[in-house]
Amino acid sequence: MSWIDLAVLALLGTGLAFYGAGSLGLLRFPDTASRLHALTKADNLGLGLVALAAALHWGSLAVAAKIALVWLFAVIAAGITSQLLARQARLDGTRSHPDGDRP
Amino acid sequence: MADWFTLAAVFLLLSVAVALGRCWRGPGPVERIMAAQLAGTGVIGVAVVLGAARRDAAMLDAALIGTLLAAVAVTAFARSAAKPGDRPEGRG
Repeated sequence: MSWIDLAVLALLGTGLAFYGAGSLGLLRFPDTASRLHALTKADNLGLGLVALAAALHWGSLAVAAKIALVWLFAVIAAGITSQLLARQARLDGTRSHPDGDRP
Repeated sequence: MADWFTLAAVFLLLSVAVALGRCWRGPGPVERIMAAQLAGTGVIGVAVVLGAARRDAAMLDAALIGTLLAAVAVTAFARSAAKPGDRPEGRG
């Protein structure tokens, strides 16, 4: 097993941990804003690390550029999504915490 | 090495399945859309990982299309759910 393989495994494992944290956060966090935070940040960091592992494993520059493009579009989509969902949650008057005031 | 990537795809699918619990519990439509969005990100990850496992560039094209369309569902939801002229800070 070469150094590149070890780096790929480390990146893959870290990325999967962030994916798991995002899923767990969406399931367990108490209010809409913190769930949105878990969804848009942890998940996309996980995707970035997994994409890095895939690009390193593939070992081709053209493919790495395409994978980087996938991640770039995912981050842009996450930005748009979080703005729209947070606005909608505010319009709906969702409480910021089960026993807190209205936002 | 390819086996690890396939294993990663299985883990990603499990993680998406866990997150779909939020889609079931709600409580609001925003939460359900969030769960759908997380399923989208998870499936993009699955496409990238399976593409790396099989060295199949077509999977990357699928992932690219997935990311390009990821924001469309949320945009449609926000446009249909908000009433015309709605602003978070009153009129403006």
